[in-house]
Amino acid sequence: MFLKRIIIAGAMTTLTATAAWACEIGARVSIVGNEFPAIQTVGAGAQECSGGEVTTNLTADHQKINVAGMQGNPAEYTSAIIANSSIVALMNEDVIRALDDLVAKHGQDLKKNQLITIDGKVMAVAFMANAQHLVYRKDILEEAGVEPPKTYEEMLEAAKVIREKGLVQNPIGGAYKAGWNLAQEFNNMFLGFGGTHFKEGTAEPNVNSEAGVKALEMMKALSEYMNPDFLTHDSNATNAEYRAGNVALMNMWGSRAATLTTVDGIPQEVIDGFAIAAPMTVGGGSTPASTLWWDGWTVAKNVSDAEAEATFIALTNGIRPEILSDPEIAKQAVWLIEGYEPTPAATGVFDAANMGTIPYPMLPYMGLMHTALGNELADFMQGKESAEQALADVEAAYTAAAKEKGFL
Amino acid sequence: MLLFIAAPIVSVVIQSLFTPHEAVLMTVENCGPFGCKEETTIDQDATRELREAKPLGRFVWFDIYTDRGHLAFGEVAEAWNSSDSYGAFFSKLGNLPFYRAMAFTLTYTFVCTPLLIILGLMIALAVNSLHRHLKGLVIFFSLLPMIVSPLIGSLVLFWMLDSRGILGSAIQYLADDPNLSLKASTPLTWIMLIVYGVWNSAPFAFVVFYAGLQTLPQDQIEAAQIDGATRWDRIRYVVIPHLMPLVTFVALIQLMDNFRVFEPIVGFNAEAHATSLSWFIFSDLGGETRQLSAASATSVMTILGVAILLSPVLIRTWRDFKAKK
Repeated sequence: MFLKRIIIAGAMTTLTATAAWACEIGARVSIVGNEFPAIQTVGAGAQECSGGEVTTNLTADHQKINVAGMQGNPAEYTSAIIANSSIVALMNEDVIRALDDLVAKHGQDLKKNQLITIDGKVMAVAFMANAQHLVYRKDILEEAGVEPPKTYEEMLEAAKVIREKGLVQNPIGGAYKAGWNLAQEFNNMFLGFGGTHFKEGTAEPNVNSEAGVKALEMMKALSEYMNPDFLTHDSNATNAEYRAGNVALMNMWGSRAATLTTVDGIPQEVIDGFAIAAPMTVGGGSTPASTLWWDGWTVAKNVSDAEAEATFIALTNGIRPEILSDPEIAKQAVWLIEGYEPTPAATGVFDAANMGTIPYPMLPYMGLMHTALGNELADFMQGKESAEQALADVEAAYTAAAKEKGFL
Repeated sequence: MLLFIAAPIVSVVIQSLFTPHEAVLMTVENCGPFGCKEETTIDQDATRELREAKPLGRFVWFDIYTDRGHLAFGEVAEAWNSSDSYGAFFSKLGNLPFYRAMAFTLTYTFVCTPLLIILGLMIALAVNSLHRHLKGLVIFFSLLPMIVSPLIGSLVLFWMLDSRGILGSAIQYLADDPNLSLKASTPLTWIMLIVYGVWNSAPFAFVVFYAGLQTLPQDQIEAAQIDGATRWDRIRYVVIPHLMPLVTFVALIQLMDNFRVFEPIVGFNAEAHATSLSWFIFSDLGGETRQLSAASATSVMTILGVAILLSPVLIRTWRDFKAKK
């Protein structure tokens, strides 16, 4: 046992020493980003570099601090790890720099499709893809005698059978917390019904439509099978419900589903029954009621060239192809890195991409729409007002905000 | 004073009168892992020129104050004209974020403040009559709710009140309703927040009143006893008048604090049922697109709200002060 530990410790030291030797930087690096397993891996990889201090601030509240932390000159954060929704806020405020020169100098290992180009300039380097898809308990579904649902209508039927047979009282899980999460679930359902958030080519809202009403009605029907506290449940709380064995079907992020049952203290039947499937469609449509995402990193504009270069080198080190040789890391996400082989946990996200799921819109005013949806839809979900009224409120709240920001 | 009070106030007032420039939009081709797509983005060069010409943005007078997110003059007028009864008007008013937040904030402020003063006074009187060996211990435990920071305190209670938590399950058992959820019902959420507010602030009132009780003139109490006053009479006619200036002080501080109610809303994830002006500021600044002007306008309205709430007490204090001179 003791010998084993020494060997492992020795191997670890050699490994980190080699990595440190491989990555040499000459200036400060400071990274802000979300916290889920894959991003923590990238942050740890960047911290292996030596020659300059590398600090990371990985928190679920990253969106509240990244713009402010990059607006100063010099900027506090030399890099923000973002997704296709949150890069828009950084673009709007013009706080990230084009990376073409650094890609040419240090980006030999990066694949073409990792480079996020906006108007021909590389603005971010993506390292993983993400989407929400079905996560279910195959043991419960078998006991109930239902197939894994392919549509939300089938999900409702399955939930009804499971409840009637007394297997699980509230079989559906959903991250329906009022605010960002609730708005995201609406976006999924709305796009699944073929809705578009804005009138073609303008910033005029377009959610108060037939697709919007149908999306809300489906969400309401689903919520009947959820824990009554659903308006306070975010992804973390929904996962906790699944882990406790209280949920049989849920729409969950690929980046969180892969490691769902790897924490301590989960009942054995939950671990054995864990299964992943493609995102569901709704209302007879063929486009899944989900959105496609990428996560990537950027480099701040208001930092010296030396710091920008150090940041680029450190983060490239964080996503170098060799990290995939660790099987635990390989299954943390659907990596866009060279040499990635899809693991079984990645099927949900791959299916989402193959089924033509719509990427989350990268529009300057989408953030305001998302906020308005998050604030105004809770009334409908509580049965306080009609779907039409809730959507009219969303449009009014969005219009007021968009006027303030100069989009309308 | 100038740096820490005047400067921030001036800054939010100015910010609330300006909004960002009209966005200059252009269509560009964006490429990424999921292919290329024509999308709208902001023309940074044109925007920079606009910003350099007028760094503060567009001057819009009080437009932000009157938009739907704030006082919503247009929507209120519309609601007034289209409703045939006060009930219909108020239900339409309750659909506007500002008025809904005010309904909760004012209820919270005016229910919490008297309750916590009464509770604080009761604890102070009870502790004061304890044996001196017990006092230290009891004071320590009575202060605990105040020692725990509000956000942590509300998070702890939030999980205990969850429908699967220890208090939530107990309430379900007592009410004999397995589907009862405090967090899913607006009235129950309000009650939960108010109970939390009283629990959290009563120790403050208790400490102040307890300190006041130590200065109680014993001869007056004894004189009242000799006159045959009961314990209640002594509290009513000697103790409370003696503590009155402290009651005013606690009321002043707590009115101000409760009007800015924020941590329990975040801690209890209660934004679907209850919001406050402070929560709006947090939400405006925390979204993917920050709304600085909206947040500033709400800040100015919070300052005005606190000033209005405190005005009766402040005027009285000013009069007392003048009279003494």
